[in-house]
Amino acid sequence: MKRRNFLAAASAAFLAGCNRVAESESGKALLGAAEKWHERAHRLLTDRTALAPEYPRSAISPYFRGNGSTDPQNGDYPRHAAEGFANWRLEVRGLVHKPLSLSLDNIRRLPQRTQVTRHDCVEGWSAIGEWTGPQLSLLLDEAGLQQNARFILFRCADNLNGQDYYESVDLIDAYHPQTIIAHSLNGEPLPIRNGAPLRMRIERQLGYKHAKYLTAIEAVASLDDIGLGQGGYWEDRAGYQWYAGI
Amino acid sequence: MKRHALSTRVWHWLNLLCVVVLFMSGLTISNAHRRLYWGDWGFAPEQAWLVVPRFPDWMTIPGYYSLALARDWHILMAWPFALGLLFMWLAMLGNRHFTRDIATRRHEWCPAAIWSDIRAHMRLDFDHGADKYNFLQKLAYGLVLGVILPMMVFTGIAISPGMEPSFGWLVDLLGGRQSARSLHFIFAFALAVFFVVHLILVLLSGPIGQVRAMLTGGHHP
Repeated sequence: MKRRNFLAAASAAFLAGCNRVAESESGKALLGAAEKWHERAHRLLTDRTALAPEYPRSAISPYFRGNGSTDPQNGDYPRHAAEGFANWRLEVRGLVHKPLSLSLDNIRRLPQRTQVTRHDCVEGWSAIGEWTGPQLSLLLDEAGLQQNARFILFRCADNLNGQDYYESVDLIDAYHPQTIIAHSLNGEPLPIRNGAPLRMRIERQLGYKHAKYLTAIEAVASLDDIGLGQGGYWEDRAGYQWYAGI
Repeated sequence: MKRHALSTRVWHWLNLLCVVVLFMSGLTISNAHRRLYWGDWGFAPEQAWLVVPRFPDWMTIPGYYSLALARDWHILMAWPFALGLLFMWLAMLGNRHFTRDIATRRHEWCPAAIWSDIRAHMRLDFDHGADKYNFLQKLAYGLVLGVILPMMVFTGIAISPGMEPSFGWLVDLLGGRQSARSLHFIFAFALAVFFVVHLILVLLSGPIGQVRAMLTGGHHP
């Protein structure tokens, strides 16, 4: 066991060094910058409208795993769930010329996009499902973005570990053709586990960006004053990367 | 002439640092979801072809479970790792290190010669005659530089959802995203096996001289 002790000791010394780097100001800046380099490389190599792969219906997974909140019990959500989400409203607000408040019927009557796509969780697993809903760009154009809008924020009904879930994307991903507000999974209304009655699909990024239990879409100029300022629930809470295309 | 070119020495130590950080942060990422699948998708035990053991904290960066911080390290070190490999390939093609020292000759692929090389290794006889490396060394370095390290980069790119709209052909070629993730893991452990064997052989063949040569360049024997 001596050899193992030696390995563990060498590893501990190395880890201490790594953590000292990670905790230093310049280390933090470097680790944060690497995420930006990837984002820039992706944007450089990939057209802003390039599509994530779409699959035939035969590729759909037998069921679609849920992660994070899978059955919210906070606020009005249980009541809405009991009513079959008949009184659910989605607001479009913030830096827009014409704020909107839409019922599920309003949303279902808009032009729809149906896409069979793969969902990649940050943990490493993937599932394939068919999503249907209007493109986010449709709602943003209807509401009319103001000049200074830079990010689109997604407000959610679920409160996880005492904090309200939220997410955000830049305007490139907001206007991406596959960015839809899904109300259906595999031709059925969204299950509660997967974000009923509305969730985002941000197909070129990891699962935690695909905000579930969507209540409002907000155009903002900066993410600094929202939550803890990192642009999303997991970004604030655990330091996850805001750009989740990696 | 030096035994190791400056480009080889700089890349060797940079690559060591990158590989160690990438491997140890990769073990944390593996701990986040310990199952591997083939094909495009997979999330449940019944779809897995392998359940990976949980790696203890002392083997992982940052030394406790933080997927976010492990990913930070992983995507930071991916840059010097991939660009360093590109640099090494350009350098060793440019200075003929690859064609002169690493590429095998046809006559070396003779079972009797390979067998005698294996036996020489067993006897800890590291004499390699006129060539810089013997056959097994050429094969090992060739596989690491030509297959394992590049495949780490390619399978890594294939797992990244932001790259897929432009590099979908790469994901298809590797058999789908979950296959690419499985291969990323397999090549990482192939590299770990090389690392251990490489380390043992350095220790058995005069470690002080070997390390000194990889630092200062050393002399041709």
